Amino acid sequence: MARPRLRISDRVGDRLLLSATGLASAIAVLLLVLIAWQVFKGSGTAFHKFGFGFLTGTTWKPNFNQYGAGTLLFGTFVTGVFALFLAAPIGIAIGLYLSLMAPPRVRAIIGPVVEMLAAIPSVIIGFWGILVLAPFLVKHAEPQLHSTVGFIPLFGLPQTNGASMFAAGLILTIMVIPIVASISRDLFDTVPRELQEGASALGATRWEMIRGVMLPTTASGLAATSFLGLGRALGEAIAVTQVIGAGTKINTSLYETGDTLASRLANQFQNATDQLQTSSLFYLGALLLIIGLGSNLLAQWIGRRFAVQKAHA
Amino acid sequence: MTILDPEFDPIMEPSRPAAPARSAGERYRIQTVDRPARTASHGQPTPTTPVVRESVFKVEQLAISYGSKTAVQGVTMGIDRNRITAIIGPSGCGKTTFLRSLNRMHDGIPGLRVDGHIYYHGHDLYGSGVDRVEVRRRIGMVFQKPNPFPKSIYDNVAWAPRNLGLRSGLDDRVEKALRGAALWDEVKDRLKDSALGLSGGQQQRLCIARAIAIEPDVLLLDEPASALDPIATASIEELVRTLKAKFTIVIVTHNMQQAARLADRTAFFGLDNERIGTLIEYDETDKIFTNPADTRTEDYVTGRFV
Amino acid sequence: MTTMTSDLAHGEGLPPELDPARPLVASGNLRRRHVVSTFFSSLAVLATAFAVAVMVIVLWTVVSRGGSVISWDFLTKAPPLFGCAGGGIGRAIAGTGLIVAIATAIAMPLGILIALYTSEFASPRARSFIRLVLDLLNGLPSIVIGIFAFGLLVAGHHQSAFAGSFALSIIMLPLIARASQESLAQVPNGLREAANALGVGRRQSVLGVILPSAMSGILTGTILAVARAAGETAPLLIVSSIYKGSYSFDFFGSAIPNIPVEIFRLSESADPAGYERAWGAALVLVIFILATSVLGRMLFARSKAKASR
Ligand SMILES: Nc1ncnc2c1ncn2[C@@H]1O[C@H](COP(=O)(O)OP(=O)(O)OP(=O)(O)O)[C@@H](O)[C@H]1O
Ligand SMILES: [Mg+2]
Repeated sequence: MARPRLRISDRVGDRLLLSATGLASAIAVLLLVLIAWQVFKGSGTAFHKFGFGFLTGTTWKPNFNQYGAGTLLFGTFVTGVFALFLAAPIGIAIGLYLSLMAPPRVRAIIGPVVEMLAAIPSVIIGFWGILVLAPFLVKHAEPQLHSTVGFIPLFGLPQTNGASMFAAGLILTIMVIPIVASISRDLFDTVPRELQEGASALGATRWEMIRGVMLPTTASGLAATSFLGLGRALGEAIAVTQVIGAGTKINTSLYETGDTLASRLANQFQNATDQLQTSSLFYLGALLLIIGLGSNLLAQWIGRRFAVQKAHA
Repeated sequence: MTILDPEFDPIMEPSRPAAPARSAGERYRIQTVDRPARTASHGQPTPTTPVVRESVFKVEQLAISYGSKTAVQGVTMGIDRNRITAIIGPSGCGKTTFLRSLNRMHDGIPGLRVDGHIYYHGHDLYGSGVDRVEVRRRIGMVFQKPNPFPKSIYDNVAWAPRNLGLRSGLDDRVEKALRGAALWDEVKDRLKDSALGLSGGQQQRLCIARAIAIEPDVLLLDEPASALDPIATASIEELVRTLKAKFTIVIVTHNMQQAARLADRTAFFGLDNERIGTLIEYDETDKIFTNPADTRTEDYVTGRFV
Repeated sequence: MTTMTSDLAHGEGLPPELDPARPLVASGNLRRRHVVSTFFSSLAVLATAFAVAVMVIVLWTVVSRGGSVISWDFLTKAPPLFGCAGGGIGRAIAGTGLIVAIATAIAMPLGILIALYTSEFASPRARSFIRLVLDLLNGLPSIVIGIFAFGLLVAGHHQSAFAGSFALSIIMLPLIARASQESLAQVPNGLREAANALGVGRRQSVLGVILPSAMSGILTGTILAVARAAGETAPLLIVSSIYKGSYSFDFFGSAIPNIPVEIFRLSESADPAGYERAWGAALVLVIFILATSVLGRMLFARSKAKASR
């Protein structure tokens, strides 16, 4: 399109606007690079001393200058997977309810309520977790589970004060559910009405329609969402610190205390006494950074592959 | 000339064993005299004696509204078994709305109201205790826009039979349905490919195959050829004609030639004074297209209507 | 042709044993299928009830325990001397307000500029690249952003409220930028073309026509980002958590009190009186966050209603 000739002031203004917006975008890109660089730089000392052995080392003794992330990786993995296994199905079920079953008025109320659960700060959820949820778990849920499925080593003897990987997993579940629920609701909303009607016109029940049409059409989106939720759970620091009990050993029982990368970082950073400890904590941060970027990229990749497939089909 | 006499009580035995008591009233008599053009082109013997037709649907004073907006009202008509009934009329006169009420496709649309009665083989379609999954299993529907599932061609057809537990001989059933929909030869070598890779006309025939795979009693077709080119349209028309032997077919179409070519009976829907859709005339197709009783019908079929 | 077990070849629509005239109640395996369907539907209802119940229980706990603590004194007074009763979170409220305000002042213009770049100027590839960068920023654990701010601004110096604002602005940036992008994408192309056809510069059409018509969506995004930032604890714990009782805020020179860190510290100390104050602070924070989210939603609903007209 031939644009009309512009006055000089207009052309200068256009240039300025383009530069300003371009600069802002460059800052965002730079920021990401800078974050990675800073975090890796900070972990340099620890990396020099421990190398990749840091990942498997299970001792964390600041007084002896010994650091290893093995226990923390274990705790991060266990609580994250625990949370995902509970939160993904529950969140998806909520998405299905809101998208397909709820009457409009109910949906208009419950949708925001569920989303607001995500807006409650983690420090408050964690505070509630340690004062309300954990005591409840110790008194009621854990003994019950122990006596029924105690033969599974995961459900050992309940400990006294309730701070445990179990509580941490549940708190993370609570924090991930609203994320999965609202994204999966939006995903289900994008499934064309015609497909749903096509299924019901063939005499399918609602569940058959869900299983045969809704879930397969949104499968990769749901997987991507789950990875986003997992990333969130793996990186959560505050609430986990509050309820996990800062354990130092690897325990099979979920009822024992444990610790995660992010939680250890939140717990010790202010009180780090020397350069090596700070650097080791940065090392944990670097691992978190990799996990965060990785889960996100994986989610993006799944989502994009799905979109491409759809476009080609 | 056709005479439609709803009061007529058949003395002759209908072709099928009598349905429960209520269906007796839903038979009516059609005297067909005067159909030379059609009988010549389709080779049907001209019935010299009155024919008793069993009706599948009996619609009485049907009115459907979306919230406060009434889409159709005052529709009373019967739909014959194993015949093709066409529904024509200007855009927005409620053809789709009416068609969807025949298999309760409207259920679950907020604010939608259906008043009046629809009897299906004598059973109140909207009566209490009616199972709408069962309704749709017996009354299949093919939509205006092809809507294949994002699955393989095979699975598109096999999905509903599997749900219904018709697992034995599934391959044969799929093949039969695809043959029935005149699609088999085109897809037999790529049954495992995604159905989304088919052309629009193939997709629509796949949707028909999908619908007939569970052997419904009635097929509702909402402008099945509206998005298709003439060749695909012709093959769908051919298909519909062959399906008539097995199914009762109701087809909505914008294309009057199509209605004239395909349908045994044609219903003309229009807008009344309040711009609400209503049934204006319903008769044998020849009558509607050659000698309609209502001037509005005549205007429409001769193209004077805008 | 093969022999068919199915009966499509049969002259009638339904298999002979299925009389179409039978009543419209579940036939064949349909009754069992309904049971399965109802079972799974109930699970979905149950899952939703669970989430709502958690929300209600958490809120109820905060309200019932925090409600008795809140008073004018609590909202305005400084914290008590060690071991004494009374006192409030006045300074923490002011501190959070200041930190979040500065963070917004950094993130909002930057976020809008980024959104303008991607929606008005960028090539498709640049657009999707920047979008990816924003998503990655958004996916970073907030504690990582905290140690980044620490390494950049605090290491070798001292904690500062500014470092806190800086960290929070990084958390807010992708939220604001993405919301603005979406809002700008809603602006009808006709408006753009009309503005271009006037022969005015791109700057005038963007700043004078396109940006204003996307403004309510941008504001919504900003408000929701503020709600998110106000409760962020991890970064502040790392860069603005060691503060004293002094009343003067030295924004660049020292850490200042703020609600999330206050709640965290009190929750970690095993002091029942401290718990009381923590519940009170939690209630204040929850009220602020829920109020802003509701406000954001209302704005969003209004702008959407306007757009659809
Ligand atoms: N979901 C709906 N909500 C509200 N009104 C509707 C809805 N669907 C249809 N209508 C209205 O009902 C009337 C009839 O619509 P319908 O789709 O049945 O017409 P149609 O005869 O099938 O038109 P066309 O030939 O264009 O397909 C129209 O005025 C339409 O605006
Ligand atoms: Mg229509």
